[in-house]
Amino acid sequence: MTPHVELKNHQRERYLFSLRLIFCLGFVGVLMTALVARTFYLQVWKHEYFDTMAESNRIFVVPIVPNRGVITDRHGEVLARNYAGYTLELTPEKIPDLNATIEEIGKLVEIKPKDLRRFRKLMSERRSLQTLPVKTRLTDGELARFAAQRYRFPGVEIKARLFREYPLSATTSHLLGYIGRINQQELDDLEKKDLAGNYLGSDYIGKTGIEERYEKEMHGVTGLEQIEVDAGGRAVRMLSRTPPQSGKDLQLTLDAGLQKVAEEAFGEYRGALVVIDPANGEILSFVSKPGYDPNLFIDGIDTESWDALNNSPDVPLNNRALRGQYPPGSTIKPFMALTGLHYDVRSPDFAISDPGFYTLQGSSHQYRDWKTGGHGKVDMFKSIVVSCDTYYYGLATELGIDRMHEYLEQFGFGKHTGIDLKGETSGLLPSSEWKMKRYQQIWYPGDTVSAGIGQGYNLVTPLQLAFATATLANDGVAYQPHLVKDIQHAPNENPAQPEPLFDLHIPAAHLSLVKSAMAAVVKPGGTAVGAFWGVPYPVAGKTGTAQVIGVKQGEKYDAEKVSEYNRDHAWFIAFAPADKPRIALAVLVENGGHGGSTAAPIARKVLDFYLLGKKPKPMQKVQEQAGAEDD
Amino acid sequence: MSLQLIKQRFMLHMDPILLSGLGALLLVSLLVLYSAGGGNGMRVLGQLGNIAIGFVALWVVANMPLHWLMRSAVPIYVLGMLMLVGVALFGEISHGARRWLNLGFMNFQPSELMKIAVPLMMAWYFEKHEATLTMKNYVIATLLLLMPVALIVRQPDLGTSILIGASGFYVLFLAGLSWRVIGGLLLTAAASAPFLWNMLHDYQRHRIMMLLDPSQDALGKGYHTIQGMIAVGSGGLLGKGYMQGTQTHLDFLPERTTDFIFAVYSEEFGFVGNLFLLGLFAFVIGRGFMITAKASTYFTRLMAGSITLTFFTYAFVNMGMVSGILPVVGVPLPLISYGGTSMLTLLLGFGVLMSIHTHQRLVKT
Repeated sequence: MTPHVELKNHQRERYLFSLRLIFCLGFVGVLMTALVARTFYLQVWKHEYFDTMAESNRIFVVPIVPNRGVITDRHGEVLARNYAGYTLELTPEKIPDLNATIEEIGKLVEIKPKDLRRFRKLMSERRSLQTLPVKTRLTDGELARFAAQRYRFPGVEIKARLFREYPLSATTSHLLGYIGRINQQELDDLEKKDLAGNYLGSDYIGKTGIEERYEKEMHGVTGLEQIEVDAGGRAVRMLSRTPPQSGKDLQLTLDAGLQKVAEEAFGEYRGALVVIDPANGEILSFVSKPGYDPNLFIDGIDTESWDALNNSPDVPLNNRALRGQYPPGSTIKPFMALTGLHYDVRSPDFAISDPGFYTLQGSSHQYRDWKTGGHGKVDMFKSIVVSCDTYYYGLATELGIDRMHEYLEQFGFGKHTGIDLKGETSGLLPSSEWKMKRYQQIWYPGDTVSAGIGQGYNLVTPLQLAFATATLANDGVAYQPHLVKDIQHAPNENPAQPEPLFDLHIPAAHLSLVKSAMAAVVKPGGTAVGAFWGVPYPVAGKTGTAQVIGVKQGEKYDAEKVSEYNRDHAWFIAFAPADKPRIALAVLVENGGHGGSTAAPIARKVLDFYLLGKKPKPMQKVQEQAGAEDD
Repeated sequence: MSLQLIKQRFMLHMDPILLSGLGALLLVSLLVLYSAGGGNGMRVLGQLGNIAIGFVALWVVANMPLHWLMRSAVPIYVLGMLMLVGVALFGEISHGARRWLNLGFMNFQPSELMKIAVPLMMAWYFEKHEATLTMKNYVIATLLLLMPVALIVRQPDLGTSILIGASGFYVLFLAGLSWRVIGGLLLTAAASAPFLWNMLHDYQRHRIMMLLDPSQDALGKGYHTIQGMIAVGSGGLLGKGYMQGTQTHLDFLPERTTDFIFAVYSEEFGFVGNLFLLGLFAFVIGRGFMITAKASTYFTRLMAGSITLTFFTYAFVNMGMVSGILPVVGVPLPLISYGGTSMLTLLLGFGVLMSIHTHQRLVKT
């Protein structure tokens, strides 16, 4: 190895090393640039995105539930209110052994089988991570006992909540409805309507009745607290607070006193009653019997109570006033009379000689009058007073079904009244077109005959009949029937005064004939004289009987022979004072038999109370008390 | 006069330029640790201790003559290998990995020693065979590298094995491993990737999968990456301000004082702060390159180059991992993250660099 060779080798080696080092320098440069580019991308280009993510990391939004609006009657009596109380609530996801935990809690707090059953039912329909009450309305003692032991129960918490309460219970059940815990389907619905945000902390939503219809107004606007939290979810400090806006209070048109009297007047009977102020459409009373205790539903009803309500032959959950559809029977007759006058098919003086039955031309079938042997000579006035069927068989036949349909429809039969409640049924006002569409059958003349006395295909709801009665009472000028008189508003705003819905322009002569005939119904010779003996104010009314089962040709209906649930329904419509009506109503008594004997006495009590401020007489108190005890 | 002498003796084997760069980075470390520790000085004090120990080691190594260093290469390497085998057989298990050796008085992580021992051994080997380098020598050097790396991968410790693998590879590369062989190795690596994939532990596979799409498992394996990226990104151009990072101070960032300290810094100082930090790293690395270029012997060139490049790799892998372009492999940010062992190893490495620089300067004068 000469020094020369070694030097060359050394130089070459150094040269190669320098090349490698320069390459490394470039490698480092490229990767450093990549890092700069990456941080530029994150910190400058996508800064907003990551900033939002960091904010949502640290800011936790806590909803503050607004107080639900209170419901009062027209005089300020509270019908639905809120009160503060404590519940014991579980988050099933956080509890490994649910049964054992509940058993342990049971040693501190009394958990009734009913609470447990309700809890099981809630479990099956709950939202994920929702807390479920195992016990509501804790007593002070229970509260203290559990609070001392709460460290033993992760996933179980005491919550202070506002509870809804309906002081009149069953009396207002079908009208107010109730609120209940929000289920998954309602939650999906809220999401679709973009309202889920406003229900972030809410557990309850209106399920039926006024509570459902005015949910939006009564719920209020949820407030928000923005809280800074750490990664463990612990609150660090409050950043901002938007206070909740309480739901609006509702004032109903209802007269709670009248409602109580009306409800009690039914006694043991099932049925419905709707009372309307004809001058403005305000509903003064809205009864469906039997009712139910809406307070049971608020935190989820237990299975046993639910089965009892749901399987009862009396169907207490059915809102008869709103949804019950019954043949109007003879209560249709005043309206039929107006139809006859309108089309000039009958003059007031025209009279028939009633043999007690009616036959169509070329047929031997006898359409019987309710009175065997008939009423003799009957004109329009008398036809209403004695409720002559034969008169209306003939009138209907001459009018024809389609003219009847056209005119009666204007009173609101066969369509929704538009009341501020959900789930209204429309009844049925038949026409030849309807029958063809529904049954692909032509309309037979015999169909018209029974339609003339409100049987056959005809169906009305008690609400519809009350509305038609109010329209008649108000001389053909109709007002929208409604339950809410006023929604809480700023002092300088005034609620809109109700405007007439329509005016039928019924000639005064027609009105006075029909009204005076109805006034005679409660007088000697009329069908409702028994119930209105000695009434100090003029009343106009009309009885009706709706057949539940058909009676074969040649047979006679005998109330004793048919079972209770197949007996006829009793109707009574009325307005008073007859000359200047302040109140109009329709009463239905299911399986009550004849209108004059069961429905008219209920109407009398309602009218007496409203017009005279008179509680039902002591003589009738026996029945009233019996009803009260059963409540 | 005597003070002057002491100072002169102290600074004799120090490189003031490199020292100032290191000092600046260590100051940043103390600053960020104070914030990452939530305003608690404990971490800062601890890190000061680590730095003190590291500087003693740095000073001692820098003052060692180079032939001492060369002579110690084989014994250190053999000792390290024995301890790695010892770890594999009797090591303490913590966090699912067997990395620690209980020496009775302390727990020791032999893989940290290998960060110095492997390049030292390889550089010594190439120096010994400098005149007659053949393919055989490269194969043997590669085996010297692969044996410890294989043992560390098995522990498992992906981060450390990558760093040691890189440090050894830099020695091979700077020693002039032919491009054809490098190309061949890359092809082989690509071809054997599926096989290697099967060898990886589940958590390592998850980490690589999460790199491709961290949002896949936002609350599980991807959580670290996502929270790190949120911290960096939300810092913006100028940062949220010192001690003001919400990701840091509300506990959203995991491992704030160690592996994810870069996210803390980025959140509070922003893009501008990052440019400054990268500038400091570039300064230290650049000085390392200069020392490498001026090194007089084959051994010192290889050693200095490997130490400099490994330092860079350390920093790049960590920042790449926090900013989401590399998988989370558990590598701390050199000189910034809290940690005694890595501080010691790093400063030892810089001690070697200074020794290389100052001893040949002394030879020249």
